[in-house]
Amino acid sequence: MSSEHHDPANITNPEHADHHIVGPKTYAIIFVTLLTFTGITVAAAFVDLGILNPIIALAIASTKAVIVILFFMHVFYQSKLIKLTVASGFFTFLVLITMTLSDYMSRAWGLW
Amino acid sequence: MDNAIAVAHDTHAEEHHHVALPQHRHHFETEQQQREAGTFGMWLFLLTEIMFFGGLFFAYLLYRNWYNPAFVAASNQLSIPLGTVNTGVLISSGFFMALGVWAAEVRKKGLLVIFLILTTLSGLVFLGVKYFEYKEKWEKHHIPGANFDISEFVNPPINPKTHKPIEQPLAPDMAQKTQVFFSLYFAMTGMHALHMIIGIVLLGWLTWRAQKGEFSSGYVAPIENFGLYWHFVDIVWIFLFPLLYLINRHPGS
Amino acid sequence: MSATSSTIVNLPDQRTATLPKKNYINAEDGMLSWLLTGDHKRIAILYLISITFFFFLGGIFAGLIRLELLTPQPDLVASDTYNKLFSMHGIIMVFLFLVPSVPATIGNFLIPIMIGAKDLAFPKINLLSWYLYMAGGLFTLAALVLGGVDTGWTFTTPLSTHYLNTHVVTAGLGVFIIGFSSIFTGLNFIVTIHRMRAPGMTWFRLPLFVWSNYAASILMVLGTPVLAITLVLVVLERTIHIGVFDPTLGGDPLLFQHLFWFYSHPAVYIMILPGMGVISEVISTFSRKRVFGYSAVAFSSVAIALFGFFVWAHHMFIMGVSNYSALVFSLLTMLVAVPSAIKTFNWAFTMQKGSITFETPMMYAFGFLGLFTIGGMTGVFLGALGMDIHLTETYFIVAHFHFVMVGGMLMAFLAGVHFWWPKMTGRMYPEALSKLAAVTTFIGFNLTFLPQFILGYLGMPRRYHSYPPEFQVLNVLSTAGATVLGIGYMLPLIYLAWSLKYGAIAGNNPWQATGLEWQIQSPPLTENFLETPVIDYEAYDYEWLAHKTEHEVTTVG
Repeated sequence: MSSEHHDPANITNPEHADHHIVGPKTYAIIFVTLLTFTGITVAAAFVDLGILNPIIALAIASTKAVIVILFFMHVFYQSKLIKLTVASGFFTFLVLITMTLSDYMSRAWGLW
Repeated sequence: MDNAIAVAHDTHAEEHHHVALPQHRHHFETEQQQREAGTFGMWLFLLTEIMFFGGLFFAYLLYRNWYNPAFVAASNQLSIPLGTVNTGVLISSGFFMALGVWAAEVRKKGLLVIFLILTTLSGLVFLGVKYFEYKEKWEKHHIPGANFDISEFVNPPINPKTHKPIEQPLAPDMAQKTQVFFSLYFAMTGMHALHMIIGIVLLGWLTWRAQKGEFSSGYVAPIENFGLYWHFVDIVWIFLFPLLYLINRHPGS
Repeated sequence: MSATSSTIVNLPDQRTATLPKKNYINAEDGMLSWLLTGDHKRIAILYLISITFFFFLGGIFAGLIRLELLTPQPDLVASDTYNKLFSMHGIIMVFLFLVPSVPATIGNFLIPIMIGAKDLAFPKINLLSWYLYMAGGLFTLAALVLGGVDTGWTFTTPLSTHYLNTHVVTAGLGVFIIGFSSIFTGLNFIVTIHRMRAPGMTWFRLPLFVWSNYAASILMVLGTPVLAITLVLVVLERTIHIGVFDPTLGGDPLLFQHLFWFYSHPAVYIMILPGMGVISEVISTFSRKRVFGYSAVAFSSVAIALFGFFVWAHHMFIMGVSNYSALVFSLLTMLVAVPSAIKTFNWAFTMQKGSITFETPMMYAFGFLGLFTIGGMTGVFLGALGMDIHLTETYFIVAHFHFVMVGGMLMAFLAGVHFWWPKMTGRMYPEALSKLAAVTTFIGFNLTFLPQFILGYLGMPRRYHSYPPEFQVLNVLSTAGATVLGIGYMLPLIYLAWSLKYGAIAGNNPWQATGLEWQIQSPPLTENFLETPVIDYEAYDYEWLAHKTEHEVTTVG
């Protein structure tokens, strides 16, 4: 019956993707990982790495965020539709940041 | 079976029990469709939250660059132990919330209620610590406005051991810019705290419903979708913490 | 088929025709059944009534503006009052009329029906959307009654944050609340279109109206929150002086502009895309031909939404953005015009070798085609940096956006209201009067806004209530046109209301159009369909329709 209604344009495949129940063990590993990264980011703040300090801080925060999204929020196990939705949110956020930033940076070459 | 629009078929009877839950809405064909629609809808709402906080994050990015010395000095006024503890508390609350979703999915009512309560308590601890931090700012006259006191930034206290100021002293006009940091600090953490308060109120309501057994018979969508909201608020803090507290803590630079 | 060839209208025999016994209007009685409804159709009607009210309120302000501009001297109202007039006109027309116009009325009513669903995904959120709209509208009315706001609809800082003591906070909060109404409508549409299509209703069998609303909904969900935070910051700045936009405290007014226009440019696409969707449906029906280049039109809707996020600083060319930024945004602005042009070409080719008739919706569609093209092209002129330096903040801009928003969007809205009026109410409006109104609107519009292009080109600034005497003739022409335009808009109010009681019974498919909505009764049942439809034909399949008997087509519901 499904072949009658097959829609080649429907690339997001939302059907029957959401049955995986994530268990406490997975959550515990993620929990410990998040706390570890928190410790690392605090420690890194006390070391002078010059320009790398903010980069490392943001990289660690982004990694933590990605782990929360993938596992605490189940996106790893969800349909392509959900994954695309999350991606589009961050894409739009990045457009806001980078294009506005490009205006400010181009008015102040060398100061950024 | 991909791409078929959800309609109940007998071929699936063995895989899922198509028992009509009392919460099934008539305009959906199946439970699955309703649950997926709910999750999708919650994610779209979270996208609006990303863009909402995004404006604040950009303002922060801009002014941190324009007034970097002021931001460094002001950031060092925030307490790392309190901030770290709060980060740990929020991560724990996320852990408890995730476990709560699991408990609902495996239909363990008692565990679900316990995890919801633990999540709520963690949230309250977080807010308590924040209140304490805000109070300290009030006492030190670091709330932006007419009573803002820049003296600590112009003449930082001397470290008794090294006989050097604990911070680089700032010129008065740069010292005034610490108000920009604190404005953004209060705006961003305040907006975050507002979202936490809303979340805690919702948690109270959900806990009460969970205690009545509403979520331990297969209907998990509200717990699941609230969990998404709660984790998102957690993610906002995951970024706020290093950006606000950890700008530059290297001694002597 | 009708006997005459000059119209495709096919009504049932009026001697025996009646409205269907059961429909969504008489399904339940009483005010509460409307105010607490979950039925998307009833919510659409609630919205229709509210936005009509706000449209005419905004129109009154427009009338007062044009009245003042009859003479070069500032003799009708004080300067501050004039500022309040154009600010309230803009706020009401943009946020309380144009943004919700097609999506919240026609979209709410039709999208579930067009995809074969019983309702939107989240009926309660839909109702909440309307209440948020009303709450926001109330705040705006409060701001008006308390004395108005005079910042312009653009709330420019630091004027709005530091140099005015008008009701910026109230108005800002009102717009904030309306923004969430818009967000929830868009959210509902996206989930519904993705997850609730009937069996066989693949993406590329959807009516193009659905594609356009889908694209607009993406913009609503992703763009509006940025406006929300911007308004929050303005309110915080005014109330507790956080200093984020105040240069004296280290803030940057240009930051406000970036954040404000990041939403407000996609907002214009939120406004126009659903209108374009209406035009696709109307042109196809009244040319008896499938839309030319369906995929191109579908993809260009999404492309407009995507590119629409990349061009906002073209509203800021003269505000101090860098040359590099201006160049990039200007180039991207040229690109964003392409998908709109693609659509316009496709509509034209749809009509080619079609069997065209000139019922009222088609007349509005023709008006749209010409006026939107002019408006769109002048937008491209403004996207060119050299031209923008001279034309920005003049009446050229005013003419440009009124051509696209009024000549374009409002005409599309009226086309849609007339096209689907028989479906929503079961009644036909009087054709002669409606044609008269369409022609009156078209003439009035051109008389109002064409002179404004010339005024802008000659240098008359916008938002000024006095001007050099040599501009008076053009201003008088414009005001005369506005009077005609006003009459053109009042006529539908009268005859559409009249038709509710005295209009001819429309039957299921008075236009003999394709689409699921024309295969069910007029007005529809509360649950739309008696049984879930299964789709095995393409959109706009007039051959399919021609080979079906009346009975076969209407057994869907």
